[in-house]
Amino acid sequence: MQARQRDSLLVASLKDSLGGAVITFALACVMVGLKVDVASGRGAELFLEHRWLAVATAVIVVFAGRFLLNMFFWKREDAPSIGISGFLPKGGLGTGSANMLKYGMLVLAVVLPFALMFWLGSRGSRQYIDLAILVLTYVMLGWGLNIVVGLAGLLDLGYVAFYAVGAYSYALLAHYFGFSFWICLPLAGILAAFWGIILGFPVLRLRGDYLAIVTLAFGEIIRVVLLNWYEFTGGPDGLSGIPRPSFFGLEFTRGEGGFADFFGLKYNSIHRIIFLYYLIFIMAMVTNFVTMRLRRMPIGRAWEALREDEIACRALGINTTNTKLTAFALGAMFGGFAGSFFATRQGFISPESFTFLESAIILAIVVLGGLGSQMGVVIAAVVMIGGFEFFREFEEYRMLVFGLIMVVIMVWKPRGLVSSRTPSVALSKNAKGISADLVQEGHG
Amino acid sequence: MSAQQPLLSIRGVQTFYGKIQALHGVDLDVYEGEIVTLIGANGAGKSTLMMTVCGTPQARHGSVSYCGEDITYKPTFEIMRTGIAQSPEGRRIFPRMTVLENLMMGGMVAGNEHFEEDLRRAFELFPRLKERQQQRGGTLSGGEQQMLAIARALMSRPRLLLLDEPSLGLAPIIVSQIFEAIAELNRTDGLTVFLVEQNAYHALKLAHRGYVMVNGTITMTGTGKELLSREEVKAAYLEGGAH
Repeated sequence: MQARQRDSLLVASLKDSLGGAVITFALACVMVGLKVDVASGRGAELFLEHRWLAVATAVIVVFAGRFLLNMFFWKREDAPSIGISGFLPKGGLGTGSANMLKYGMLVLAVVLPFALMFWLGSRGSRQYIDLAILVLTYVMLGWGLNIVVGLAGLLDLGYVAFYAVGAYSYALLAHYFGFSFWICLPLAGILAAFWGIILGFPVLRLRGDYLAIVTLAFGEIIRVVLLNWYEFTGGPDGLSGIPRPSFFGLEFTRGEGGFADFFGLKYNSIHRIIFLYYLIFIMAMVTNFVTMRLRRMPIGRAWEALREDEIACRALGINTTNTKLTAFALGAMFGGFAGSFFATRQGFISPESFTFLESAIILAIVVLGGLGSQMGVVIAAVVMIGGFEFFREFEEYRMLVFGLIMVVIMVWKPRGLVSSRTPSVALSKNAKGISADLVQEGHG
Repeated sequence: MSAQQPLLSIRGVQTFYGKIQALHGVDLDVYEGEIVTLIGANGAGKSTLMMTVCGTPQARHGSVSYCGEDITYKPTFEIMRTGIAQSPEGRRIFPRMTVLENLMMGGMVAGNEHFEEDLRRAFELFPRLKERQQQRGGTLSGGEQQMLAIARALMSRPRLLLLDEPSLGLAPIIVSQIFEAIAELNRTDGLTVFLVEQNAYHALKLAHRGYVMVNGTITMTGTGKELLSREEVKAAYLEGGAH
């Protein structure tokens, strides 16, 4: 059955591609193949130029391109042939190509440091890996905030507070008790989650604009406290000398017992950078994994329902208090993890790193990516953070260009880059009816 | 019927929105297996009464009891877990979630033990929903959304179904279909239904008993047929709508 379908797909694709090639040939013969030109040199004599190579190229490109598209992208039993609909893929970004994009990016993320090392050498690649670490940090923050804003629909403008709590938890625990990164990482997450609940309680009844204002204030309060509690946090001087993470007890140091020594490598400071890259990569993937799992569980579905309609949620017997608090706590926890990573990467933190602008950037990543979309967050983080570095050459116009891009994205895709919401459940393969991808958004 | 204890009993309920009193001491009973309807004009307090049963807003005076248990001051989500389900006014389905996900939300409280069975039952009752199970709630027509709202409420296996204006904004033929489904649920499953309606003719024809509410108080009560034949009811609520 499967083989037969494949067979008929192959035949249909071939037929369709041949048709396309013939049409191309007919058109290209006249439009590309023959060229009237004015001969330079003696007088203005017209002459006909033949360009059969160009025609052949065009025909081959159309044939091959159409064939490949038919086989792998426009997965139709009857390959598109005539009619305008045949020229369009089946429905926006089909699940097949979306999956390919996802796995492509995943593979790219895994091999990135080595590919960069290979091409640019350890010195040249360092700044790019650093940038990739930064992007991944924001991907993780975006995914964390996505739980609160994207899934539960609670507009949080003070997300940076949890990032700060995570960073300071690690820095202070290391400073006062000498705890290592691996002990502090879970502690920072727990503390941030705890602060998430503390913030959650007073704002339970608030929604929309009011919630946004209170969370904004909360973010500022944390920063102001960090700034003014000089004896404890070092105030504006910040905390420095934050210990670096170890690789299962192996420090990234030169000489005996270090990482390079243990594995018999030549010491190179890039090892730590690559290690940090994979560390944040794994942390981000854990965030993603947990979110995706939760989305399919009752609590995740309750978050989404809460975003859609709080009154209906209550009418269905959902405890909205707990639902909101878990969203705040989980979002905060991932923010805290990212914060302690930030602290260990920088080795120095100060309240300056946790201004409102950070919250705004993270929120912009979530909104531009499409609320609730995990893939959208990745794309938006790459565009926002990577793009921000990329546009450095524009200097003072950078912000202008940047703002313009954001406006264009919002005009062009008002619901964010990835606006289609994938349903978290489908009954069976034979479920007929119109797939959710084909339907426009409801008025939500 | 009056010998048994009512499933839902409302006694002297007074509900306020801030300082404004919406309900002035309402008494109402719903017995097991009945369809009871509450009719009244816009702003009479019908929906307020239904929401008071659900605990948002809570009654300031009086009591609401269900199965003999006082639920007046319980939090809403707990009330909705005791066997009461509600299809709220304006349907309030989750627009960006699919039909199937909407139904799963309805069944969340009941757990997933009977989910498939309940889902089959819901699709039997409203075959249209089965066709549209992968479609987003917000893209359904008004009638389909109302069907979804009722089906979603039924997913929690309620003993008492509260329906707030299921005919709101729907074409007459859809209204008939929905009321037929309600009658069917009552007939075959013995489901108790408390129905708040403006469409007095349909509601009273369907219901075993009815109450008429004016300005936050019950002014008339009787069987559906009795109320339909009363001159005051005809004059006030059936003018032009009796077809």
